[in-house]
Amino acid sequence: MANLLEKSFPVEAGAYTTAGEASTTIKRTLKQLGINAEVLRHVSVACYEVELNLVIHSLGGTLTLLVDPEKVTLISKDVGPGIPDIDKAMTEGFSTASAEARTLGFGAGMGLPNMKRNATEFDIQSEVGVGTTITMSFALT
Amino acid sequence: MTVQKLIDLIEAKDMTPEADKGTEVSCGYTCDLLSWVMAHGAAGMAWVTVQTHMNVIAVASLMEMAAVIIPEGIEMEAPSLEKAKEEGISVLQTPLTAYEICARLAKAGLPGKSREA
Repeated sequence: MANLLEKSFPVEAGAYTTAGEASTTIKRTLKQLGINAEVLRHVSVACYEVELNLVIHSLGGTLTLLVDPEKVTLISKDVGPGIPDIDKAMTEGFSTASAEARTLGFGAGMGLPNMKRNATEFDIQSEVGVGTTITMSFALT
Repeated sequence: MTVQKLIDLIEAKDMTPEADKGTEVSCGYTCDLLSWVMAHGAAGMAWVTVQTHMNVIAVASLMEMAAVIIPEGIEMEAPSLEKAKEEGISVLQTPLTAYEICARLAKAGLPGKSREA
C-alpha cells in the first residue's frame, strides 16, 4: 500500500542528551495526522525504546517512520555491532548497558520486551559485525 | 487533583511556571529506572524521581504525564527545565523525601497507577 508519509531520522551513538528528539518529532507528526491516542501511546513508547537502544548500544543508525492507511511502521537500522544472542537480548531483565547508561536510569533490560509488547508486529534481525534491524508495525484499525 | 493542588500539598516550588497548573493528575508513581517507567508509566501521572537529566522530560512528555516531582531539594539541570517548558511538563521541586511525597499524595486520595495500565 502507498505510504502517506516516509521520514528518516539519523540517531547518533552515545548522544544521551539528544536521545528522545526523534521520538518526540515522530509523536508530534503522528498527532498532526490525527492518529488515535491509544495507537499513538504504543508507537511513542516503542519508538523511544528503540531510539534509546540506538544511542546506548549501537554504533549509530537510522530510525525510519512510515505511515500508510492501515498501519504505522518504525524501522531501526544500525551499523553494528550486532547482537550475538537475540533470545537472551529479548529476555526481560537482561541488559548489556554501560555503567554510564545505568547511571542515567537505563539498562533495566526492559527495552526490547517493551517494544514487542507495544507493537502489533515485531521483527528483529541481527548479525554480529554487520548490524541490527528492528521492524515494528502498529495497526491503525 | 490539579497540578496546582499538588504543589500546595507537597510544599513544592514550581520550576516551570509556563506549564499549565490546571492539568488533572490521574495517579502517583515513584521510580528512578527510566526504562521501567517507560513500561509502567501512565498519562496524567505525577512521577517522583531523583533523576534530573533531559531523558526524564522525554519520558514524561511521551507518556503524557502531568508532572515530574524532584524530591529532597535536588536541582534539575537547566537544559532539562528548558525542555520541560517547551513540552509543557510541570517540574516541581520539594524539600520532602520521595516517601513523604507519596505518603501525602496517598493521604489526599490520589491513587497509585492502576495495575492494568
